[in-house]
Amino acid sequence: MEFAELIKTPRVDGVVLHRPFLPLVEGTLCLTGHHLILSSRQDNTEELWLLHADIDFIEKRFVGSSGTIIVKCKDLRIIQLDIPGMEECLNIASSIEALSTLDSVSLMYPFFYRPMFEVIEDGWNLFLPEESFKDLESMTDEWRLSEVNRDFSICPSYPPLVVVPKDTDDDTLLKVASFRHGGRFPVLSYYHKKNGMVMMRAGQPLIGPNGRRCKEDEKLINATLRAGKRGYIIDTRATAVAQQAKARGGGFEQEANYPQWRRIHKTIERYSVLQDSLIKLVEACNDQSHSMDRWLSKLEASNWLSHIKEILTTACLAAQCIDREGATVLVHGTEGTDSTLQVTSLAQILLDPSCRTIRGFQALVEREWLQAGHPFQHRCAQSAYSSGKLHGEAPIFLLFLDCTWQILRQFPCSFEFNENFLVLLFEHAYATQFGTFLGNSAAERSATLKLPQKTVSLWSWVNRPQEMEGFVNPLYEPNSLVIWPSVAPQSLQLWEGVFLRWNRSSKCLDEAYEEMVHIIEYNKELQKKVNSLRRQLAQLETEGSPLHTP
Amino acid sequence: MENIRTPKVEHVRLIDRTNPRRCSVGTLYLSSTHSIFVENTEARRETWVLHSLVSSVERPPVSPSGNPLVIRCKNFQVFQLLIPQEKDCLDVQASLSRLSRPERYGELSCFSFNPNLNKEARDEAWSFIDLRGDYVRMGIPSNLWYITAANSEYRVCDTYPSDLYVPKSATPSVIVGSAKFRSRGRFPVLSYYHRDNSASICRSSQPLSGFSARSTEDEQMIQAIMKSNPASEFMYVVDTRPKLNAMANRAAGKGYENEDHYTNIKLQFIGIENIHVMRNSQQKIIDVGQVRSPSMGDFLWGLENSGWLKHIKAVMDAGVFIARAVAEEGISVLVHCSDGWDRTAQACSVASILLDPYYRTLKGFMVLIEKDWVAFGHKFSHRYGHLDSDPKEISPVMDQFLECVWQLMEQFPCAFEFNERFLLQLHTYVYSCQYGNFLANSQKERRDLRIQERTHSVWPHLWKDQAEYSNPLYRADHSQTQGVLRPVTTPYCFKFWKAMYNRLDQASAARQSPADCLSAVREETQQLEEELSTHQEVPRGTVHSPTRQENSFSQGEEDGGGAKEDDQSQ
Repeated sequence: MEFAELIKTPRVDGVVLHRPFLPLVEGTLCLTGHHLILSSRQDNTEELWLLHADIDFIEKRFVGSSGTIIVKCKDLRIIQLDIPGMEECLNIASSIEALSTLDSVSLMYPFFYRPMFEVIEDGWNLFLPEESFKDLESMTDEWRLSEVNRDFSICPSYPPLVVVPKDTDDDTLLKVASFRHGGRFPVLSYYHKKNGMVMMRAGQPLIGPNGRRCKEDEKLINATLRAGKRGYIIDTRATAVAQQAKARGGGFEQEANYPQWRRIHKTIERYSVLQDSLIKLVEACNDQSHSMDRWLSKLEASNWLSHIKEILTTACLAAQCIDREGATVLVHGTEGTDSTLQVTSLAQILLDPSCRTIRGFQALVEREWLQAGHPFQHRCAQSAYSSGKLHGEAPIFLLFLDCTWQILRQFPCSFEFNENFLVLLFEHAYATQFGTFLGNSAAERSATLKLPQKTVSLWSWVNRPQEMEGFVNPLYEPNSLVIWPSVAPQSLQLWEGVFLRWNRSSKCLDEAYEEMVHIIEYNKELQKKVNSLRRQLAQLETEGSPLHTP
Repeated sequence: MENIRTPKVEHVRLIDRTNPRRCSVGTLYLSSTHSIFVENTEARRETWVLHSLVSSVERPPVSPSGNPLVIRCKNFQVFQLLIPQEKDCLDVQASLSRLSRPERYGELSCFSFNPNLNKEARDEAWSFIDLRGDYVRMGIPSNLWYITAANSEYRVCDTYPSDLYVPKSATPSVIVGSAKFRSRGRFPVLSYYHRDNSASICRSSQPLSGFSARSTEDEQMIQAIMKSNPASEFMYVVDTRPKLNAMANRAAGKGYENEDHYTNIKLQFIGIENIHVMRNSQQKIIDVGQVRSPSMGDFLWGLENSGWLKHIKAVMDAGVFIARAVAEEGISVLVHCSDGWDRTAQACSVASILLDPYYRTLKGFMVLIEKDWVAFGHKFSHRYGHLDSDPKEISPVMDQFLECVWQLMEQFPCAFEFNERFLLQLHTYVYSCQYGNFLANSQKERRDLRIQERTHSVWPHLWKDQAEYSNPLYRADHSQTQGVLRPVTTPYCFKFWKAMYNRLDQASAARQSPADCLSAVREETQQLEEELSTHQEVPRGTVHSPTRQENSFSQGEEDGGGAKEDDQSQ
């Protein structure tokens, strides 16, 4: 097997492992094709099993004849390995570097992973577009499921089945696709049951420097408007950026051609800026020597919370247009695969209570991120410790999870899942034994990589009752209302569960969480007891009553 | 009352701070103690503003819709009114300005406040907190410490309480000599005694050492304190000021202990800034909290620029240093700053909270404030501007202490019996003077004002509402409620106290709070437990009336459960 060539020294004895919050462990380090393993062969110490794919960056240091490797992981953890022997250390380091940056997706661990559990419900079949379309059909007949992209030829980043206005035929879609970036013609993202308004998403229109227009495009989106009503186009780029895009063949909908639409520009940054922001934020969080002034100024300079605020504000705007203004909304940026999806998915969390359930959130991730063609493989190839030239890496999905956490924090009773569930998704988007987040599009996942046949879905594992237990929010009370989070800076906080996770012990907070679970469980237990006693009492009374009433 | 020019103004508009386009119309009434706004609606909703809480009354330029009047309160609430007639607006402003700045104690609301208590109840309320009892709890008096009568009738130090605890070996002549060598006679006395290891926290003001002066009695006093902790070979003297400030004081004949004259002491400077720096810093953070729709950059820059969290961290660091010395090293600590009534009170009380779980209970926290703040002569009336007096004396010393406790609550959610609401309420009472506890500047002044006869005590009032103030996560047998708290003081552990400084965002108060949900659950649990025990008491086979209590069971879905739809604050 090819891995063997990359592993020059498969094992070293006497390696010392330093980890946050855990005592030192001395043991044997082993490298396998996919894991870095450290075992002390003692029963009571925990072993380290680290996926190579989880390693973001390594640093080497040498003192005398022994070396140290600092391993910086994509989940932001930093561990240290002290390795006796210069050569061993160099060999291990170069193997880790090679194994953690494998080019070929099909060599990734999910293709080799065999589940140690029985798959009861296959996650790959859980969220099929046909099924969710049935729900839509029960509410409205204005939309249809089109197979125009069945072989991914019209739009390589779209799934084979998309929902489009009923009266728009596939020929029209073909024309519209040629007018939208990446062939991403407007498709339905969300139907607001309460008032029948919809949210659509697309790629930017290819207006170009000469102001091209496409009547079919206009017709398609106008078909979604109610008579006499106007719609909103939310462009996630600043006006100037959208203007500049014209020179490169892109652009935005011209008022003259879309008179029934009002265009609003917001400023959600693009990937390189966001990646830079993540790097700065994590750097600030990891340096414990900062004074208060320096910490606050570094936090500000990272701009991470500004990005959170901007994304949430835009999502609130979209939700407001739909719910308050009763208008149809079309969201796009440039490609329609990043900021667009942040906005459409967050808006749904605000508008649709089902997205705040565990299954519903999974469905949302599946629909608005995986099926919608967010390039996970590219975006999550590197995390906060990346350096050098980037190739489209960006924490787009992490920002979405962070925004979700901010909403969850403000509405702690309205979500069926807890913070741990969001952290789990963050981890698995970056490194995983499951196939769910591999690849960049539905086409890659099903046609090229054949993930459903060759890998296990994250959902298959997470939806087992014994796993689910840890992700259920004990405070959850279904709340059918639209929720409006505050986006004021005072209301937004650093997501400690991710960014300070390895820097400060969460013991006391975890204890508080357990206490909360305990209080609620005890209450439920009592309720059960009381109810059964009440039933008994009622029974006794009915049995007893003939004695009293002759 | 002669200060009220207009007792009633009609057609006043109260503007909603979260949404300036919304307002309610009603009538404004001015009483001697309150301004009351009554809405002209069926509900006749009332908004009460206590005059003693008003910090400023501004009149922005006249707008076409009326004469605006902005009332800012000392607990950072802001009320914005629109008054139709300019004359009325001027009158209200003048009346409020006068009423909010009483010149004599007698004008304060605590002297007119009457909660309908008879004399016995009032006296009992004043004995609710028993400071001698707290020292007994700590094991004092003992064979090492005794209660001295030296300060009865406040003869030695008029800003100290009459009951003082000193080492057994400190004779009256040592006490008097030491007092002469300390600013305002505030000689070293016991604040907290750590039963586990005999280490103690004592407090004083700075010594009058200048560049070379010394006092044998003061040296003996320090020696006596060290000796009262038999196992130790030295003690810490914590000067909570920045070293530079302490040195500057030497030129004025004050300063800090000369390590050559005092044997076996280790001096430690902490670097908490003075009251003027703190006052300016708080003004900046209030401004940060009140900016309408700031950008994230504005907000974080404002937070940094205010320096507020840096100061909170300094106070916390002082407490952590002292607590560590006492609990981990077993070393006694003498704490002082300049006069020993501001920074010293902060440092001692934060350390006590960290050291002793009792002070983390509702009752214990009251005791702590009564002891380290009220009894030891924290100048409440000067610091919180109860009377129209020198604005340079005003400073948020207590605010910072309460915030340190809040920051600790964030790190140790199960450690405190009381909740954030309690801290906020206490903050309001410290400023508002509805009760006599925080009146004046020392025990002696309060005695001279006869506050126990003329005003009421706040503690039983707060105690009565303890359900409102309890932390649902608190459990007396939880690990966080045992032993010493060891907080992390890395800068990222300090947060902006939104509930305190951003009251503008009232909508957020209506949002879901996990603590309130849990409180509701716990309340329901209690009802269930009661019902369960009554069911079980019923002898088997006995049939009784089915009407019992069935209706008192709401399904626990009162508040907190469902989210209310409310406005996005932008």
